[in-house]
This record gives sequence, C-alpha cells and structure tokens, in this order.
Amino acid sequence: MAIELQPLEQFTIERLVPLHIGRLDVSFTNSALLMTIAVVLITALLVLGTRKAALVPGRWQSVTEMAYEFVANMVDTNAGHGARDFFPFVFTLFMFILFSNLLGLVPYSFTITSHIIVTFALAAVVFIGVTIVGIVRHGFHFLRLFVPEGVPVALLVLLVPIELLSYFIRPFTLSIRLFANMLAGHTMLAIFGGFAASVGLFAIFPLGINVLLVGLELLVAVLQAYVFAILTCLYLRDALHLH
Amino acid sequence: MVRAVPAAAAGTRSVLRSPKMSEGGPPDPLARLGERLDKARSRRGSEPVPGPDNAAMQQGVGIGLRIGIEFVVAVVVATGLGWVLDRWLGTRPWGTIVLFFLGVGAGMLSVYRAVTGIKMAVGSRPLGKPGAKGQPAKDAWDDDEA
Repeated sequence: MAIELQPLEQFTIERLVPLHIGRLDVSFTNSALLMTIAVVLITALLVLGTRKAALVPGRWQSVTEMAYEFVANMVDTNAGHGARDFFPFVFTLFMFILFSNLLGLVPYSFTITSHIIVTFALAAVVFIGVTIVGIVRHGFHFLRLFVPEGVPVALLVLLVPIELLSYFIRPFTLSIRLFANMLAGHTMLAIFGGFAASVGLFAIFPLGINVLLVGLELLVAVLQAYVFAILTCLYLRDALHLH
Repeated sequence: MVRAVPAAAAGTRSVLRSPKMSEGGPPDPLARLGERLDKARSRRGSEPVPGPDNAAMQQGVGIGLRIGIEFVVAVVVATGLGWVLDRWLGTRPWGTIVLFFLGVGAGMLSVYRAVTGIKMAVGSRPLGKPGAKGQPAKDAWDDDEA
C-alpha cells in the first residue's frame, strides 16, 4: 500500500486538447475547462433565474436576486454615487471568482484561482481599468491622488514615493491574497487527505479535520471573492471621487 | 374548575381589563393567545441583534483577511523592485535599502488606512463629507507631523 503524498499535484495544469498557433501554446487545459464550466454555470443561473420574472420569486430567482442585490449594495456603499456604471464589471468579477473558488472545492476538480497568473491577470485588469477611469475622469488632475493634503513640502519628498508605491502594489496584494488563500487551503486539504489514506484505521482523525477544513474553505472561498470585489469597489471610488 | 368561574364572569370585561388579567394567569383563551404572541414577539424582538452583529463580524473577518497580507506583500514587492532596479542601474545596494524602507512605510500606511476606515484610499482622505469616520484621526495625525 504505497500511497504517495503529493499535496501539490492537484495544481498541475494538464493539456486536454493540445493546440498550437505558431509557436504559441494555446492548448485547452483543465484550467480552461474549469473556467468554461464556471462561465456556463453562471450564465445558466442568471438566465434560468430571470426567465420567469415572478413577483414572488422561486428558488432560482431568489438566488439570482440575492446575488444581484448583494453586489449592488456593495457597489453603492463602497464605490460612492455614480459608480453604478461599473456594476456589471464588479458583478462579473465577483461571480467568476466565487464560482471558481467553489468549483475548486468539488473533489477531483481544479482550482483556477490557485494559480497566481490567473489572479494576477484579474487584478491587472482591475488596476489598469481603474487607472484609465481615473485619468479619463480627471485628466492630469489624477496625479493629485499621490499628494496627500495638508502635508508640509519637506515631508512630501517622503510621502509621495510611499503613496506611489502603495498605489502600484495594489495589483500584487489583490492577486497574492486570493491566490495564497486558495493554494494554502487546498494544500492543507490534500495533506490531511493523504494522512487519512496512509494511516489505515486511524483515518477517522484526519478525515474529521478535513470535514472541518472543508467548512472553513467554503467560508474562505466566499469571503475571498467578496474581498476581491469590495477592494475593486474601493479602488474605483478612489478613481471616481478624487479629493 | 377554579379557573373556569372567573372566565365566565369576566367574559364581557376581559377586553378592558386584559393587562390585569394576564397577571393572575389568563383564563380567556384569546388573552392567553395574546400573551403567547407577545412573548413570541419579544423573543423575536431580541433576536435581530445577532443579525447586525453577524454582519459586523463578517466585515471584521473580511478586513482581517485583507490586511493580513497587506504589509508583507508591500515590503516584499518593494524590496524586490529595489533589487531589480539595482541590477538594472548597477546601484547596489542602495535601491534595495531605500525601497525596503519605503515598502515598510507603504505597508504600514495600507494597514493603518484599512483599520481606521479610510479604507484603501491612496491620498489619505475620506470622501467628501467632512466629519466622516476617518477624518478626525487624519487631522490629529497631520497636526502631530506638522
């Protein structure tokens, strides 16, 4: 009974349909498959949920409306007025990350958001988008974001670089937070799963821990999607309402 | 047997005297139902307290998870950037040193803002409304520096 403990094996990318354009590898991978499933599920939920727009909502309509209202409230309270234009973006982001995280918890599936390239791409879209919105709305005045108000000039020498740094670090914190949480959680699950497989009768203990961990991971999955979306809102607020 | 007599006697007055009647064990089924409803309502009334509390806790967990990584990433990314700049410009070790300290500053600023409710705003100013949550803290801090 040789069971290998390879808790990181679950994160390997596999080419399901090898595809090449020139020298570029555009194979359809398990990551791409899960992304497709996530998008299809979200679309199905929203389309089915809104098909019968009943006054007294059924189950699916309730779920859809809850998701909508949750994100709408988040945008309204965190991004300030005039941010409703960006609701579709935040909603898409939130639903995609939420479904990616939750789908990753299904046994034998793959966690898209445990790869930093994915989360970084999402964070980069947010970062670049927010910067463009800020520049379009405020033009050159946008640079005032980096100059704190009411600070003596001598301190500006120190404060402006810090502000600049904390602005450009945003995509990194945004992406690393999501990726690290997912990676750590799933590695932990796999480690305890491996214990359970290798200790025979005593498997009940690691298995019990895993049961608890799955609950924790569910919380983390939802919470990280929420944190990502709420930070997007806060960044948008910065760009929209300059001081 | 004992209860049945007052119930019959007080049948017409029960509406007027219902508070007093509820003290000594309500004989009227309607009054009893009313009392039970009141009790149930008061229990319900005390129940919504966990609601907002729960929401606050949720928000707290959100903030906690958010700032946990904030400081570390700021320092690491800034130091890495300094190291890359050093390699590129050949200014070892000054870029790394300066950017390390700037990173520490940026990390602290991020955590401070996340905690004091100025959220993650670059530019250390809460939105519009004077007297908003983060405003007093920010003013006091500025006065100290000036």
